[in-house]
Amino acid sequence: MHEMSLAISIVELVSEKAQAAGAQKVTAIELEVGRFSGLMAEALVFCFEAAARNTPAEGAELVIYEIDGLGNCLGCGHSFAVDSLLSQCPKCGGYAVETVQGKELKLVSLTVDE
Amino acid sequence: MCDSCGCSQPENSVTITRPGQAMSGQGSAGHHHLHQSHRAQGRVVEVQEAVLGKNDGIAAHNRKFFKERRIVALNLVSSPGSGKTTILERTIRELREEIPITVIEGDQQTMLDAERIDATGVPVVQVNTGAGCHLDADMVHQALHQMEPAENSLLFIENVGNLVCPAMFDLGEAAKVVIISVTEGEDKPLKYPAMFDAASLCLINKTDLLPHVDFDVARCREYALRVNHHLEFFEISAKTGEGMPAWLDWLRSQI
Repeated sequence: MHEMSLAISIVELVSEKAQAAGAQKVTAIELEVGRFSGLMAEALVFCFEAAARNTPAEGAELVIYEIDGLGNCLGCGHSFAVDSLLSQCPKCGGYAVETVQGKELKLVSLTVDE
Repeated sequence: MCDSCGCSQPENSVTITRPGQAMSGQGSAGHHHLHQSHRAQGRVVEVQEAVLGKNDGIAAHNRKFFKERRIVALNLVSSPGSGKTTILERTIRELREEIPITVIEGDQQTMLDAERIDATGVPVVQVNTGAGCHLDADMVHQALHQMEPAENSLLFIENVGNLVCPAMFDLGEAAKVVIISVTEGEDKPLKYPAMFDAASLCLINKTDLLPHVDFDVARCREYALRVNHHLEFFEISAKTGEGMPAWLDWLRSQI
């Protein structure tokens, strides 16, 4: 389950940023998670609690913003919302669609205790 | 609607659907909470960095090392049992007189695959991930410190057999090569699209078994191309050698 290694990566990055900001405790973490990022939010939340134990991120609130998919049709240039990597262009029916949004996996910000 | 704060929370990303029902629950964008408060008190520190930034940094370091030494690194990904190691054994035996080859083997446990590669006479290291479901860039970096891949050589990285997680982790490779065997069913690209999306090349293996299984090669290709229209294909049997020459020529052309 790769969510555990991602949770550890998040905790490491958060701890590093908190330390750089001179903070002892992180109270909230904002993440952007694209629909096609390969990360399952529920599993991440579960793993995060374990990964954050005895770190500045322990007990922090995880706020996960899901980023919808956006595709560009390479056949006709149409841009449209996609809900899978198998999306068909609604205009021309082509499958040659470049996913231009939805693969994000980003730490947006943290909130730290003064 | 979220019970905690009234914000619009998405449906669970896991969907449970009976055949004939419309798939539900792949809801619109929103957010998940771990605790009650919507926004904790305190000072906000903007970060805006990729969660896998550390992995990507090490992958970039690996990639630079490969480029400087003109090493072509290929990341072999598939379900367990598709024939990755057998493909490697045959490929090595056919090419080792022409091109220097090294191998990094990834498995949760055992030295079994490394021993098979060792028997072909090329340098190999085994990475055991323990409970881990994929190789990451640092594992490859550490493995590279255990071996000296020659200049103008091929490096095969055999990832942990798993058609899901290895898609997410850049190792610094030139390309991901996804392998599907004809005993698996031609609908794999539809069921596990992320891996086919991440790959540049697709090997369809065990073609010697085609007379005995209901596997439609044309349909498999069509499904895979729906996910990734850039994919190139080679149909091979690592057992009989059928189709291998085209794959070997492709490898020669990369050096």
